This record gives sequence, structure tokens and C-alpha cells, in this order.
Amino acid sequence: MSDVQTYAPGTHPDLPPPPNEVGVLAWLRQNLFSNWVNAGLTLASLALIIVIVPPLLSWFVFDAVFSGENRQACEGAGGACWAVVTARWNQFFYGLYPSDQTWRLNVVFVGLLLAVTPWLAPQAPFRRALVWFSLAYPFLAYWLLAGGLSLEPVHTGAWGGFTLTLVIGVTGIAASLPLGILLALGRQSSLPVVSMLCVAFIETVRGVPLIMFLFMASNMLNLFLPQGVQFDLLLRALIAVTLFSSAYMAEVVRGGLQAISSGQYEAAQAMGLTYWQSMRHIILPQALRTVIPGIVNNFIALFKDTSLVAIIGLFDLLNMAKAIVTDADWQGLSIEVYVFAGIVYWIVCFSMSRYSLWLEGSLDAENKDAA
Amino acid sequence: MSGAPSTITAKEASGLAARLRDPRVRGAVFQALVALGFVALVLFIANNTAANLAALGVSTGFDFLNQPAGFDISFSLISFEPTDTHMRVFTVGMINTLFVAALGIPAAMVLGLAMGILRLSPNWLVKRLVGIYIEIVRNVPLLLQIFFWQAVIWTLPPVRDSIALGNAVFLNKRALYLPKPAFEDGAGLVLLVAIVAIGLAFLAARWRRGRRAETGRAPYPWLVPALLMGLPLVAILAMGVPWTWEIPEAGRFNFSGGLQVPDTLVALWLGLVVYTAAFIAEIVRAGIQSVSKGQREAALASGLTQGQTMNLIILPQAVRVIVPPTTSQFLNLTKNSSLAVFIGYPDIVAVFAGTSLNQTGQAIEIIALSMLFYLVVSLSISLLMNWYNRATALVER
Amino acid sequence: MGSETGAINDKAPAIKMVGVHKWFGQFHVLKDINLEVEPAERIVICGPSGSGKSTLIRCINRLETHQQGQIFVEGVELTEDVKRIHTIRREVGMVFQHFNLFPHLTALENCTLALTRVRKMPKAEADKIGMEYLEMVRIPEQAQKYPGQLSGGQQQRVAIARALAMKPHIMLFDEPTSALDPEMIAEVLDVMVDLAESGMTMLVVTHEMGFAKQVANRMVFMDGGEIIEQAPPSEFFENPKNERTKLFLSQILNH
Repeated sequence: MSDVQTYAPGTHPDLPPPPNEVGVLAWLRQNLFSNWVNAGLTLASLALIIVIVPPLLSWFVFDAVFSGENRQACEGAGGACWAVVTARWNQFFYGLYPSDQTWRLNVVFVGLLLAVTPWLAPQAPFRRALVWFSLAYPFLAYWLLAGGLSLEPVHTGAWGGFTLTLVIGVTGIAASLPLGILLALGRQSSLPVVSMLCVAFIETVRGVPLIMFLFMASNMLNLFLPQGVQFDLLLRALIAVTLFSSAYMAEVVRGGLQAISSGQYEAAQAMGLTYWQSMRHIILPQALRTVIPGIVNNFIALFKDTSLVAIIGLFDLLNMAKAIVTDADWQGLSIEVYVFAGIVYWIVCFSMSRYSLWLEGSLDAENKDAA
Repeated sequence: MSGAPSTITAKEASGLAARLRDPRVRGAVFQALVALGFVALVLFIANNTAANLAALGVSTGFDFLNQPAGFDISFSLISFEPTDTHMRVFTVGMINTLFVAALGIPAAMVLGLAMGILRLSPNWLVKRLVGIYIEIVRNVPLLLQIFFWQAVIWTLPPVRDSIALGNAVFLNKRALYLPKPAFEDGAGLVLLVAIVAIGLAFLAARWRRGRRAETGRAPYPWLVPALLMGLPLVAILAMGVPWTWEIPEAGRFNFSGGLQVPDTLVALWLGLVVYTAAFIAEIVRAGIQSVSKGQREAALASGLTQGQTMNLIILPQAVRVIVPPTTSQFLNLTKNSSLAVFIGYPDIVAVFAGTSLNQTGQAIEIIALSMLFYLVVSLSISLLMNWYNRATALVER
Repeated sequence: MGSETGAINDKAPAIKMVGVHKWFGQFHVLKDINLEVEPAERIVICGPSGSGKSTLIRCINRLETHQQGQIFVEGVELTEDVKRIHTIRREVGMVFQHFNLFPHLTALENCTLALTRVRKMPKAEADKIGMEYLEMVRIPEQAQKYPGQLSGGQQQRVAIARALAMKPHIMLFDEPTSALDPEMIAEVLDVMVDLAESGMTMLVVTHEMGFAKQVANRMVFMDGGEIIEQAPPSEFFENPKNERTKLFLSQILNH
């Protein structure tokens, strides 16, 4: 401590940290080799990476075959046979939809992106117009998908692949949220009959796997209807998925309602608002905001659960993949097909979870500004 | 009524209209309407169902449960013959569902706990790797993962080229074969000694706690592990190792003997464990992070070691946060085991709500019974959970 | 200076900091800190927020690590050596701004935990000591309550009792009253005055200037990570030398 320069009080400059505290080496030391246990973990991880990553990469990319008519194209290749994906691309995405009509599905996809914009990004330009569009979108999408009115009709049995997964997922999401909110309000209601019915519904649904409801939808729903009335298979699946998801949604929303202080309810009452007015303008906007992450988690769960509709014979993305696996031209390529389907699901679900994280972050920031 | 609330005419202020504005009356009327609507809906459905069933010529009732099933079940822990009844199918299905849950829950817990703790490791690389695992697994449908595991199992060699581990464990695309213990005389005694050892270990732990309270030091730290492991070991040796291993033997087309775990169970189990563990890992991470940094600092500042801080301060608080959502993950695992139906593992949905339903056509009865089974399982776990929450709630003002 | 053996020497200065620097990433939080504290001395550290006061006292029981310079506690230098850190932490008690009581333990258990687990003391003896200190902070009747059932002032007093129960030689206080409602500040300060009169070595980060005038032997003013001025309270308040000290005092005393 001899040749250290001294400064008058209050004049000491900001110095850079000593060289052994910053830079790549310091980072490595602090994050990877801070002690023996840590160093051991690092070496084990590196070993794992070396064992797994190079063979995986060569299977995935370097030794893989990307095009071909059938599985003979991949004979002798050491890697993945992605030819099955390129050859069956249309089936993965459009199912058995007539191939000259797939432009309609593309319009539906693009329309979906436009329709969700005003809800995902409230600052987006032309918001008013987009909101009107998204309200009209379900009818437009149904018309494009099913046909009629000068479009060639396509029966729902031909809908399939990723298109069908999206149809079920998006309908389920759009329908289960309002239903879940109603159920949550019902459960919290001071009217015993209402709250009892809601509790019974919510708890029954949450205690039983979705597959049971799909079985119910395929085996029992038509028995419940007057003779002669039959619901389409897809409609039955939609009802099952929506009702199932709404019970979970209700529990998330209930969490939000409980997080709101009683002062808010009292203030709303003091202003002379009716029950529905105070819910709509005061309580729900706050409650839903606090539970956005939970809601999005339910969306993700619902989107993943759409894969279960295969049990009643619908050909969603996963069931389509399963059908391709059993195709004589492409036998034995199940891993490639499932990995590809997995990637598609992953992109959708991961984007949703990242979006929710981003939204949570920006809401937190807003709350801090307000405080 | 909601049109113009500002001006109230004399007519409206009296009579029915005024009474309807009383919230209590309104509530009662609304409830009566809801109840009426619900009853109407139930009657409507019951009526339609009866008419539809009559038209189809299906008789209702649970008599079918006593009829022979007429089909075989590929895997069962209790004996099953095609001549057994549908009731027996129901039982086998329930046992198989509970069996895969019982195998899956501890494994998912262990893997999830390990991953959750590694996720909080100061090691950047480990944290990232665990993060990648969690983000991949949570964002892909479980069913697809089960298919994937089954596809992986199918890339294993066929029966005659089975992978052998020490000539006792065999693995091929059809099943996993494990040695099966065949117990001889004296095994019961070993079991008895093991149970006694657990009891003694409890007593010893209590005695050590008492000593620590009295003297400040807990003597003989080796006592509890020694009792737990040593006593049974001594008993085993004293009885001359009272069991033999029945080793699976390669036959012409298949293995015989040993314990056969079908590929479907392996794929289902792997899928359930890997998937559920990712969710548990996030719960564990969030639970540990929920304990504020100040708790750790206060513990360290008062002289506790890192290990004591973890055991006495962080974990007791984290566990309260971790246990309830983890239990609901266990419940999810049990419900998700119903995906067995897709790959042919004979759980309750596959054999009862699937095969039995197709054979008998008794959709309403069979689906009601299966749902009842799941409801009983979830309700019992919820009750246990509520009891736990009450017992461990932090005392607040 | 200072034994390398790691053994406590209560003849040595209670705390000695020599040329201590600390960085958070690129941010230079502590700049060339030199501070010596004699046994039974009572030091009040003040300064604007973000001036490094809390970081300074948190370095003393190594809740933060310094990157340059040396810190000695009763003659023992703080190094990476875990054993030494534990020796020092046993001798140094700390009270936090947000109390940090253990919510799953009663007030008494909060006080006895370290006694039984660190000092390996029989429970009965630990309970006796715990009760003694709860009496000293004037809340023996709350011994069996959980922190969630106590008011902020009561919680902070339990926290003080918890730190004292270990019979430390040095007490660190990190803004002990700034999370309290005004009516509870006095009850905590009273306890701290009692403690000061008992001859405890104390380092207190606080904005309570009345308390400082009453008990401090020395005032330390920090700004921008530096110690700007050190002086006995009379001189410090009546006749501050540095411009920044004057500005700070005018801000804190004139509202």
C-alpha cells in the first residue's frame, strides 16, 4: 500500500475495477470455476455438450437428406431424412384439404395474424380498423375454411394438420377466456346456487383428464341432443376442449379477483355502479392484468392439449404426423416426423411464453411508473 | 330497468318494480331462474338420452360389469383372463393407472428437484443447459413426447440382438427385462427387521434431538444411517440372503422369466417423468427464490453456515411454497397417464373407457365410472393438500 | 499489523479498514476507505442514498466482498477463508433495515437459533439468554409470537435481541429505523441508546441525527463512495469543514 495515490476528500475519481475482476477470465472464474464443485459441474456440462452436440448436429444438418421422393432417397445417409418433411409439407400444414384450395388457408393464416395484432400490441397503428376486422374474422375464417357462397365447400373431415390444430387452439382460446371469467365470477358470487353450480363444474372438470371429455364428446354428446340433431365431430371436439380449458381459466381469473383489495369493490359500490358495471370497468381490468402470465400458461396448455383430439379421429398436426409415419413410402422415419412436429408446436408455444414474459415486464414497468 | 336511472316516476317507485330493485329480492329471483334453467337443462338431456338410447336399443344399468370381457390385457399386475368380467377390467385399469403414477411421481420429483436446484446454480453453463431442457420440454405436447420416446425405443435392436447389461438386464424394442427376485424362507423376517429398523431410526432421531436440546450437541451422527442400513443388512446376511434372482432367459422369439416391462410402459413413464419434472423444476426454483435475500443474509450474519442456512432457514420457508403446486403436478401426472391409450399401455382409459366401452356400448355408465375414479383420486389429494396448507400456514396478524 | 493466525484479539482495534475499494461491475462503490474503530466506540455513518454507507458496513461481516485493500476485525483479516469469515460473523451482530426475522420461527426461537446451532448451547440455557435479551428490548411478553403477529417496531427490537443474544463484540446497524412508522422509531432508538450506554462497539448507518448527537463518539460522512469527513458530533454539526457535508446537513436538518 505504498505508492497508492491519495486524493483530497471528495475528489477521488471513478476508477475501472482491477483487471482480475473484469473481462473474460474474471467472468469465467466467477461463473464457471468459482470453486471445486462449480468447476466439476462445468467440466461435466462440457463433457455432456461434447458427447451430445456434434452427433446431434451432424444428424440434424450435416449428414441429413433434405429432399427426395421416398425413403430410398435417404438410403446410406447417416443423418436425418428430412425428405419426408419436404415431401409431405402440405399434409403437415393443410391436412387433406383440396390442394387447389389451399390458398384459402393461407388467407386464413395471414388474417389470423392481423386479427390478433390489436390485442397483442395495443400501440399498433390502425387499431380501430383492426379491432373491427378481428371481430369479423371468425366469420370470415369460417367462410374461407368451410366454403359456400361461391367458394367450393370443404367438409370439416378434410381439415387437418397444423390448420386444424390452429382452428381448435384459437377457437378454444377465444371461447374459454370469457367462459372462464363468467365461471370465476360465478364461483365468487354471493348467490349460493350460482356459486355451488360453478364450483361443482370447475372441480369436476379439473379432477378428470381431458381425454375423458373427448371420449364423452365422441360417445355421449350426440345422445344428449334431440333425436335427429347431430353435432359435427370437430364441433364436439371444440366443445370439449373449450369447456375443459374454461375451468382452468376460471381458477386463474379467481386468483386475480382475490388479489384485488376489498377497497376497490367498496369504491366501485360507493360510486353507485351496478355489479356488472363495477366488474367491467373496475375489477376485471385489474384482475386480468395481474394474471396475464397464468392466462397465457393456460393458452399454452390448451394449444398443447389440442394434440389429444386424435383420440376421436381428427387429423390435427400430431395425428397427421402419426399417419405419415405409417405411410409405406416413409416407414421407419418416426423420429424425424415427430421432431419436426415438435418444432412446430415449440415455435408457437415458446413465442406465447416469451410474449407473456415481455408483457409482464412492461406491465411491471407501468406499475412502477404509476407508483 | 337500466334505461334511465336518474328519473324515477311514482309508478316505478312502488310495487313490483321497487321490490325488484332490492338487491336481496333480485338475488333470490336470479338464483331461482338459474336453478330452474339448470333443472330444465338436466331434464332436457335426460329426456333426449332416454329417447336416443331407446332408439338404439341400448339397455342402461351396471349389469354389464358382471359379463365376461372376452379380450385379453397385455400387462396386468393381477391375474387376468379373457373370461374375467368387465368389473375385473375396471380393476386392472385402475391398478395400472395407479402403478404408472406410483412409478412416475417419485422419479419426477427427484429429477425435478435436481433440475430446479441446478437451475439456481451459480454455474452459468449448468443454468443454461437446464434452462434449455425446461424450455424445450414445457413447450411441446406431452403426447408428442411420448410418441417420440416410443420411436426412440423402436430404434433399439430386435429381440434376438437385445442389448444385455451384465447378462441380467436386457433391452430391446419390445420391452425391458429385469431380474425378478424370488423370495425364500426368511425374506419375511428381513422385511420385519427393516420395518423395526425404520421405527428405531425414528426413535434415535428423536433421542438425538432431545440430547441437542439438553446439551447443545447431538451425539452419534452416524446412529440413524447405521440403524437404517445396518440392521437390515445384518438380517440379510444372517438369513443367508433369502432370495434368488430370476434372470430373464432368451428364448427363440422372446424372453422368458424375469420381470418384463413393456415398451409402452417405458415410453409412457419416460414421457411423464421428463415432462412433469420440467414443471416441478420451475416450481422448486420459484419456491427457493421466493425466500427473500434478506433471510439468507440474516442467517449468515448470525453465524450459521451455508448448509445450516439452507436447511434451517431457506428450505422450511421454500417448502411451504413448493408443496401445493407440486402436488397438483403429481395430480397432473396421474391424469396425463391417460395418454396411455394412444400407445397401448392398458390403463383405465385404454382398457375400460376404450375396449370395454366399444364392446358393450355402455358409454354413460363406463365414462361415469372412469370419471368417478379420477375424481376420487383428485379429491383425496386435494383434501390432503388443504390439511397440509392449514397445518403449515405462517401465523400472521 | 493484525495476526495472520485468524484468532480474535480484543486488544486490537475493533475494526480497521485500509485502502478498501469495491466495484459492482464497472461501478466504483467504495473508494479508498480508511477507517479505524476502537473498542466501545460508537460511530454513526450518514450520507445521501447511494453513497456506499450500507455497502461499507456489509463488507465488515462479508455480506459483500471487497476487491482491494484490507479489512481487519479484532485483528483478524477478512479473506476468502470460510472458517475465518465464520469466526468474525460470530463476533459481529447485524440489524437490517427490513428486520429479516425468520417468519417460521417464534420471536424467542429467532433469538436462540444461532445459540443452539452455532454456539452449540443446550436449549434451556439458550432460552434463558434469549429471554434476557427480549427483556432488554422490552418485549418479553411477545416471546412466543411469530414475526407476522408483531408490529414493525417490535420486529426490529426482536431483531436487535437476536443479534445481541450471540454476545457479539461489535454491532452493525443498517438503517434500522427507515422502514418503520414514525411512532415506532422512538421505541427502537431507545433500545439502541441503552445498548450504547452499555459500552458496545457500534456502527450505525442512519438518518436519525438526534440519535447521532446523543450517542455517537464520531460522525462519518460519506458521499460518492468516499469518506468525506470524520469528526466528533459537536464539531460535525456545528462546524462542518467540507462543502458537501454542509449541503447534506442543510438538507437533512432543514425540513
